[in-house]
Amino acid sequence: MKLSLRIWRQPDAQAEGKMVSYEIDEVSEDASFLEMLDVLNERLIGEGEDPVAFDHDCREGICGACSLVIDGQPHGPQAATTTCQLHMRKFKDGDKIDIEPWRAGAFPVIKDLVVDRSAFDRIIQAGGYISAPTGTAPDAHAVPIPKQDADAAFSAAACIGCGACVAACPNGSGMLFMGAKVAHLGLMPQGQPERHTRVLGMVAAHDDAGFGGCTNTGECAAACPKEIGLDVIGKLNRDFRKAAIRAA
Amino acid sequence: MAVSGVLLVLFLIVHMAGNLHVFEGREEMNAYAHGLRTFGEPLLPHESLLWVLRIGLIAAAAVHIWSAVVLTRRALAARPVRYASKKPAKGESRHAVATMRWGAAVVFLFIIWHLLDLTFRTVNPVKDVPDAYGAVVATFSPERWPVTVFYLLALFALYFHLRHGIWSAVQTISGPDTKWRKRTQAIGLAVALIVVLGFAIVPISVTFGLVS
Repeated sequence: MKLSLRIWRQPDAQAEGKMVSYEIDEVSEDASFLEMLDVLNERLIGEGEDPVAFDHDCREGICGACSLVIDGQPHGPQAATTTCQLHMRKFKDGDKIDIEPWRAGAFPVIKDLVVDRSAFDRIIQAGGYISAPTGTAPDAHAVPIPKQDADAAFSAAACIGCGACVAACPNGSGMLFMGAKVAHLGLMPQGQPERHTRVLGMVAAHDDAGFGGCTNTGECAAACPKEIGLDVIGKLNRDFRKAAIRAA
Repeated sequence: MAVSGVLLVLFLIVHMAGNLHVFEGREEMNAYAHGLRTFGEPLLPHESLLWVLRIGLIAAAAVHIWSAVVLTRRALAARPVRYASKKPAKGESRHAVATMRWGAAVVFLFIIWHLLDLTFRTVNPVKDVPDAYGAVVATFSPERWPVTVFYLLALFALYFHLRHGIWSAVQTISGPDTKWRKRTQAIGLAVALIVVLGFAIVPISVTFGLVS
C-alpha cells in the first residue's frame, strides 16, 4: 500500500522541530508500524538523508521502549497495543498518517520521535521499590497472598512504563503510571514497609518533574497498551490521603 | 477541588429543591424565602442561616476556582508543544475534556448574572426583595426570552460539569474500586440530570405561562 506520512523532525533537543511529509510506497500490510519506518529509514539512508530517530527495543510489546503518537493517539488506533505490535493492516492504501513524539514538558524531545523519559526513573527512585533481604529465594508459599490481591497486583505490574498515559492526558499527568506502581507494590505484603513514604515520595517527584495534575478524564486508561484501569489512580489517591494525614 | 466541589453540589441540590416552591404559588414561595431569612429566630440573629451559607459558599467557590486555576496552569506548562493532529477523546469521561473548563466559564458568568438578577435585583424589574415569586415570574417572562435561554445554556454547561465533577470528586476523595467507580459514574449522571432538570423546569414553566 501507498501512504503519506507526516513525521516530526527535530535534529536535537535545542533545535526547532517541524512536521515533514514523506511518501512511502509498497508497504506490506503484514509489516509492523516500526518495520514500515525501518523501510522508510533505509530509503532515507540510501538517499543520503538523516534517518528518522525513534525508540524501540524488544518489538514484542513488553519492554516499553517504543512510543509514537500516531494520528493523535499514543501507540496508534488499536486498543491495548504498543506501536511495535501495531500492524499496517490497520491502515488503508492512501492513508495520511501523522507521527509525533510524546508531548510533555517532563519528556523533552532528544531527537525526532525520541523523548527523554528519565522523569519516570526519578519517580521510581523516589519510592517505586521495596526493601527485601537478599539471599536465597524464599519458598513460594512462605508468605500467603490472597489470589484476588495477587491478580490485582499483577494487572498493575503489567505497566511497562512507556509513558502513553502522559502522552494521552490532556493535562500531561503521570498519575496512571504512579498509580500502577503504588497499586502493584501496595497490594503485596512486601510493599507495606514503604507504603506511606512511597506515595509521598513519588507524588513529590512527579510534581517536581513538571507533570500536570489529574482531572480524571480517563484518557490515560484508554491509551494504555496494558489496559491499566482508573482503579489504580483511586488506590493512589487513597494511599496519598492516608500518608499525608499520617505525615501531618 | 473535590471537597469544595462536593459542598457546592450539596448547595445546588438544596437550592434546586427550594426553587420548586414556586409551583405552590406566590405566598408559599415567599414564605419559604422569608423562612430562610428568619431561620432560628429569635434564638439566632436575623439572616444567620443565610450568612453561614453565604460565607460557606463564597469560601467553597474561591477554593474551587483557585484549584481550577492551579490545575489549568500546571496542565498548560506540562505540554509546552501541542499535538499537530487531534483525535476525539475516548476515555471514561470523554465529554469532560472539552466541556469542563469552558463550561466553568459559562457557569461563572451565569452566577454573576444570577446574583444581579435574583439576589441584588439590579437587572430585575421587581425590586421588592421579599417578593421572590414576583422576581422569578418577572425575569422569565416571555418578553425577556434571552434571559431564559441564557439560564438554560448555563444549565447545559452545569450538566456536563456535574456529570464529570461528581464522580471525579469521589475518585479523588475515596478512590473506589472498578465496580464502585462505575456506580459512582452512574450516580453522578443521575444527580446531574435531576439537578439540571429540577432547575430548568422553573424558567420553562414561567416562560410558557404555566406559572404566572
